[in-house]
Amino acid sequence: MSANCLLDIENLQVSFFTPAGEVKAVSGVSYTLNHGEVLGIVGESGSGKSVSAYTLMGLIANPGKIVGGTVDFNGHQVHKMTEKEFRKMRGSEVSIIFQDPMTSLNPVFTIGSQLMEMLRLHTNKNKEERKARAIELLRLVGMNEPEKRLKQYPHEFSGGMRQRVMIAMALACEPKLLIADEPTTALDVTIQAQILELMVELKKKINMSIIMITHDLGVVSDVCDRIAVMYAGKIVEIGSTDDIFYNPKHCYTEGLLRSIPKLHEKGHERLVPIEGVPVDLLSPPAGCPFAPRCDKCMKICLRQMPEYTEISPGHKSACWQLQKEQFENAEGGNKE
Amino acid sequence: MIKYVIKRVGYALLTIFLISIITFTLMNMIPGGPFLSEKAVSPETTQALKVKYGLDKPLPEQYITFMKNFIHGDLGLSIKQKGRTANDIIFSTFPVSARLAGMSVLLALVLGVTMGSVAALNRGKWVDSLLMVISTLGIAVPSFVVASFLLITFGVNLHLLPTLGLKTPLHYIMPVAALSFYPTAYITRLMRSSMLDALNQDYIRTAKAKGVNKFVMLFKHAMRNAIIPVITYVGPLLAYTMTGSFVVEKIFTIPGLGREFINCITGRDYPMVMSTTIFLAVLLVFMNVVVDICYKLVDPRIKLK
Ligand SMILES: Nc1ncnc2c1ncn2[C@@H]1O[C@H](COP(=O)(O)OP(=O)(O)O)[C@@H](O)[C@H]1O
Ligand code: SF4
Ligand SMILES: [Mg+2]
Repeated sequence: MSANCLLDIENLQVSFFTPAGEVKAVSGVSYTLNHGEVLGIVGESGSGKSVSAYTLMGLIANPGKIVGGTVDFNGHQVHKMTEKEFRKMRGSEVSIIFQDPMTSLNPVFTIGSQLMEMLRLHTNKNKEERKARAIELLRLVGMNEPEKRLKQYPHEFSGGMRQRVMIAMALACEPKLLIADEPTTALDVTIQAQILELMVELKKKINMSIIMITHDLGVVSDVCDRIAVMYAGKIVEIGSTDDIFYNPKHCYTEGLLRSIPKLHEKGHERLVPIEGVPVDLLSPPAGCPFAPRCDKCMKICLRQMPEYTEISPGHKSACWQLQKEQFENAEGGNKE
Repeated sequence: MIKYVIKRVGYALLTIFLISIITFTLMNMIPGGPFLSEKAVSPETTQALKVKYGLDKPLPEQYITFMKNFIHGDLGLSIKQKGRTANDIIFSTFPVSARLAGMSVLLALVLGVTMGSVAALNRGKWVDSLLMVISTLGIAVPSFVVASFLLITFGVNLHLLPTLGLKTPLHYIMPVAALSFYPTAYITRLMRSSMLDALNQDYIRTAKAKGVNKFVMLFKHAMRNAIIPVITYVGPLLAYTMTGSFVVEKIFTIPGLGREFINCITGRDYPMVMSTTIFLAVLLVFMNVVVDICYKLVDPRIKLK
C-alpha cells in the first residue's frame, strides 16, 4: 500500500443470507483510492454499489456479512473491525451522504441539533464552539442566515437545502473519505449540478477523497478522476474517466454510455437503454453475468468468467471480447 | 395561534350546544320518568314533584331554563339524590374517576412504550412472541372479565388486596390494573409497530453513520418519532378514561363519575343526565386541545390551525 493510498479493497465479497438463500451482492470487488481522489462507482440499480460502499463503514444491514476479502482504510483493517471501532470511525474518518435528503434527516430535531450532535460525538468542543462551528459549516455549504437555520426543522427546507445540510454534517469533522450514495438522484436537474460542484469544491478545501455512487454516468463525468463500472456485484471495468468515456472496453460500459441522455447535442437522438434485466444474485451464472444481455456474447462467455485484462496502466476490464481482440492483435503481429 | 384559539373555542361552543340539544331530546324520548316507582304514587304527588323540578313546563322552556342556569354555573338539583345539587355530585365524583384515569393511563403508557420497544428490538425472538401473545389477550379480554378475575383471585380467594372503595393506596391496585389492561396492550402493539417503522427509516441510518451508539439511536432518534402515534392514541384515551368506567367503578364499588352517570340515566334523573353529559363534552373538547398542543411539542411538523 503506497503512502498516498487511503483505501485498498481486495477481493471483497458480501452476501445477504436471506431465507431464499445466499444473495451474493458483492462478489470479488477490488480497487484502491488515493488521498484527494474522486472515484465514481457506476452501474444499474441492484449491482451492489451501495452494499460495497456501506461495508467500509460497517453499515450493511443484518442478514448481510462480509464473506471474504480485505478492506484497508486509513490504517484500519476494516473487515476485522468491531461495532465499537466502527462507531469511532464513522463521521470522523469516513462520512456518507444518502440519496434521499428528504428522509435522511430526522424530522423531529432541528438542523442545529443534528449538526452539533456530529461535533459532540467526535470533537472535544464545548457547546459554544460547537454552535460556532455549525454556523461556519452552514455558511460553507452556501446557506444564508445560518444562525436562523440552526433553529429550523428539516421540513422547512427544500430538497437541495437538505442535501446541503447533509453535506455540512458529513464534513463537520473533516473526514478522509466521503461516500456519496446517489447524492443528486432525488434532486431537480438544476440543483444536481450545484450540489456536485459544492462537493468537489469542499473536497479540495479539506483534501478528502470521494466515492461517488450513481447509476447515471452522465452525472459523474465532470467530477470523477476514475470510474469503476459495476455489474452483478463485480467491477467489470475500471479506469480513468477518459478511459471509460472514450475508450470503453466492456460491452456493459458501452451500453451504459449509449444510454446517457446527451443534453448538449442538437436534435433528438434516441437513448438506447440496455435490453433485458440484471441477473439474479441468488444464483449467479458461471460465465459472464452480462452474457444474457450482451449482443457480442460468445460461447465461452456463458461458460467461464473472464479475467481482467489491462488495457493501459490503471485501465482494466473483464470481457472475453477484449481478450479475443488482444489475441487477434497478437496473432496479426505474428503474421507480419 | 390566535386564529387557532378562536377556532377551537368556536367549535367547542358549537359542540356543546349540539350535544345539549341531542341529549335533551333523547332523554325526553326515552319512556319512563324520574317519578316512576314500585309503590303507587298519586297523580297529585307526581304533579307536585313535576312542578317542583320544573318538569311541568313545555319542553323548549325546560331546555332554555336549564341552559340559562347552566351558563351561570348552576347545574340544577338532583331528583334522585335528595338535597344534593348536580354541581355537588359531579365535583365530588369526577376527581375520583380522574385520579384513577390518570394513574391507569400513566401506567399503560410506561408499560406499553417499554414493552412495545422491547418487542420491536427483539423482533421475531421469543420475547417478542410472548409480548404479542400477552397484548393480544389484553385486547381481546373485556374489562369486566379482567376486573372480576382480579377481584375474585386477589380479593376474595387470596385476601391480598382490599376490594371496596379507594381508602388506601392498596385499594388502587386492582382498579388501576383493570383499567390499564386494555390500553397497555394496545399501546404495546402500537409502539412495537411504530418503533419497527422508525428503525427502518433513513434518518436512523444517518444517525448510525454519524457514529451514535445503539442507546442514543433508539432512545433519541427512533423513540422521539415512534412515540408520535402513541400520543395520538393516549390523548383521547385519557379523556375517555377520565369520564369514568362504569364497569370498573361498579365492580370495585368506587364512587366515581362513570357509575354516577349510568345511575342517573337509569333513574331518569333529568338534570343530572344533562349536567353530566355536558360536563363530559366540555372535558373532551378541552382534552382535545391539550392533545393538539402535545402533538405540536413532539412533532414540529404539526401546525396548530
Ligand atoms: N437487506 C438486504 N437483504 C437482502 N438482499 C439485499 C439487501 N440489501 C441489498 N441486497 C441485495 O444486494 C444487491 C445490491 O444492492 P445495492 O448495493 O443496494 O445495489 P445498488 O446500490 O447498486 O443499487 C441487490 O440486488 C439486493 O438484492
Ligand atoms: S464477456 Fe462476453 S458476454 Fe460478457 S460482456 Fe464481454 S462479450 Fe459480452
Ligand atoms: Mg444504491
